Amino acid sequence: MAETAFAPWNDESATPLIQFKNVTKRYGDFVAIDNLTQDIYAEEFFALLGPSGCGKTTMMRMLGGFETVTEGQILIAGQDMNNVPPNKRAVNMMFQSYALFPHLTISENIAFGLKREGKPKPEIDARVDEMLRLTRLEKFAKRKPHQISGGQRQRVALARSLAKAPKLLLLDEPLGALDKKLRQDTQFELMDIQEKTGTTFVIVTHDQEEAMTVASRVAVMDEGQIIQVATPADIYERPNSVYVADFIGDVNIINGHATRAGDGYDVTYAEGTAPLHAKTSNDLGNSAKCALAIRPEKVSITAQKPSKAANTVKGKIIDIAYLGNLSTYHVELANGQMMKAQAANTRRLERRAFTWEDSVWLSWTDTAAIVLEA
Amino acid sequence: MRRFTWFNATSLTLGFVFLYLPMVILVIYSFNASKLVTVWAGFSTKWYGTLFQNEAFLDAAWVTIKVAVVSSTFAAVLGTMAAYVLVRGGRFMGRTLFSGMIYAPLVMPEVITGLSLLLLFIGIGFDRGMMTIILAHTTFSMCYVSVVVSSRLVSFDRSLEEAALDLGCSPFEAFRLVTLPVIAPAVISGWLLAFTLSLDDLVIASFTSGPSATTLPIKIYSAVRLGVSPEINALSTMMISIVTVGVISASLISKRAAVRQQREERAAERIDD
Repeated sequence: MAETAFAPWNDESATPLIQFKNVTKRYGDFVAIDNLTQDIYAEEFFALLGPSGCGKTTMMRMLGGFETVTEGQILIAGQDMNNVPPNKRAVNMMFQSYALFPHLTISENIAFGLKREGKPKPEIDARVDEMLRLTRLEKFAKRKPHQISGGQRQRVALARSLAKAPKLLLLDEPLGALDKKLRQDTQFELMDIQEKTGTTFVIVTHDQEEAMTVASRVAVMDEGQIIQVATPADIYERPNSVYVADFIGDVNIINGHATRAGDGYDVTYAEGTAPLHAKTSNDLGNSAKCALAIRPEKVSITAQKPSKAANTVKGKIIDIAYLGNLSTYHVELANGQMMKAQAANTRRLERRAFTWEDSVWLSWTDTAAIVLEA
Repeated sequence: MRRFTWFNATSLTLGFVFLYLPMVILVIYSFNASKLVTVWAGFSTKWYGTLFQNEAFLDAAWVTIKVAVVSSTFAAVLGTMAAYVLVRGGRFMGRTLFSGMIYAPLVMPEVITGLSLLLLFIGIGFDRGMMTIILAHTTFSMCYVSVVVSSRLVSFDRSLEEAALDLGCSPFEAFRLVTLPVIAPAVISGWLLAFTLSLDDLVIASFTSGPSATTLPIKIYSAVRLGVSPEINALSTMMISIVTVGVISASLISKRAAVRQQREERAAERIDD
C-alpha cells in the first residue's frame, strides 16, 4: 500500500513538535505513566486510545500543564515545559465537560483568551467572527451556553480553544456527551477543521471507532505505557500484540505453537488437525508459543469445504448475531475453540444459507491471520 | 396523592397558628389606640407617628443597619476567601484542623463568643463602640458565609478554572473573571445571611457594644424591660413587613429566573442540529 503523503513519523529529518522523554508520573505509589517516550509531529491528529485508567488523560493533562511530571521531560517545539504553567503555554485544551463560562455569551466565551492577550478590540472581533463562521455558530453569538444545544456547546468549546491559534490543541473525550449520529457528523467536522487550521490535535478517547476515524496515528495505551503507535489501518491490520488486536475491533485468537514454514509460520493448535499457515515478517524464532489473530470479517463461512483456501477448519454454528447488514456466526471447532465469522447479509433473512447447529467450514487466506507472541 | 383529609387540615392549621399567631397579635396591637398594650381601644396609627419622632430608636436603627452592612460585607469577603482555600487549596498542613475550626463558631454558644470578644477588646484596650460590634459580627457570621460558599464551590466544575488558566489567565484572574461570577449567587446569599444574623443579634452585640453605639435589638430589649409600649409593637410590625417583602420578592425573582432558564433550555434542545 502506498503511504499517504502525510507521514512525518517516517521521515528521519522531521523534527517532532512534542517530545515525551522518559516521562514518569506517580501519584503516591501508583504509577500513572511509566517511563514513556513518544514523539508527536506538527499537524498530526494524534489519538490516545485506551481503557479508563490507562494514563491517557494524565498524558494529556501533562501536555496542558495541569499535572506535573515526576521524572523525565516533555518538550514542545524543543522547549522544556516542566516549569511552564498552563497560562504560559501555546497549548489550548477542549475539556470533556466543555467548561464553557456560564456567565458569558458565546462570543464572549470565544473572545476570552484573546482578551487575556490584550489584543486590540477590532482584531478580537474579527477573530471571533472568523471562529463563529468556522464552527457555524453565527446565529448564536449573543446567547448564553445554557441557551444552546449539546452539539452547539461542543462547537463553542472547540471555537474557544482554537481562537488563540494554538500550536497544539488537546481534546479530552470531545464527543463523549453527544449521541451517536451527532458524534459521527462531528468527527468529520473535527477532521475538516483540523485540516483547515493546520493545528496539531491530540485527542483522548476510549472510543476506538472515533480514534480510527479522526486520527492520523493512534497510540493504544495500557497501564501507563504505549503498546503500539501506528496509523489506524496498521493498528487494525497489523497489531503488534494480542492486547492491541483484542482492544481494536473484534478478533479471533487461536493459541498454538509456531514452527517456521516457508515465508511464514505453521501454527499447530490442536491434536489431529492440520496446522494453520500464516505469512508474516515477524520473527518468533523457529519454535515458539504463539497466538494467531484473525478478524471475523476475513473468515469465510461455507457449507462445503472450499478447495483452494490456505486454511480450513470445520465446526458447528452455536450462535448467530444478526446485525442487519451483517451477521456474526459463532462457530465451535472440534477442539472446543470458538471462532467468529462475519458475513454480509446479501440475501433476505429468511433465505439465509445457515442456521443453528449447522455443520460449516471456515476458511481464510494465508495473509489474513497475524502471528503474535503469546 | 393530594387529597383533603381532616388530618392534613388540622396539622396545617396547628402549624400555622403555632408559627404566626404571636406575630399576628403583635401586628394587631400595633394599631391599638390605647396606651395599654393588652386593652383594645380602637384602630389607630398614631404609634407609627410617635415612633418616627423617637430619636433614640431611629439612631439605634441607623447604627444597626450600618453595623449589618459593614460586618456582612467583611464577612462575605473573609468567608469566601476561607471557603476557597479550604475547598481548592489542596492538602496543606493543618487543613483538617483549620476546616474544623472555621465551623466551630457555628455551634459555640453566643454567650461564650460574646464574652471572649469582650475580654479581647478589654485586653487590647479597644474602646467599645460601633467598630467593636462590627468586628464581633464579622467574626461570628463569616463562618456562615464560608459554609454557604464552600458548598457551592464543592459542586463547581473545576475545569472552568482550568479552562481560564488554559486561555491565559493567571490564577488570580481566573478567580476574578470566572470563579467569582459563577459563585456570586452563593456569596450574595451568604451576605444576606450574615446581614440578617447581624440585624437580629442581641447577645453578642450587648457584650461588645459601648455607650456610644446601641443597636436596635438592644434598644428594644431594654425598652421592653420597662414595659411593652405600643411603639415597640409598631416598630416590630415594620420590621416584619420589611422582612416579608424582602423574602417574597427574593423568592419571586429567583423563581422567575429558574422558569426562564428552564424555558430557554427546552428551546435549545428543540433547535438541536
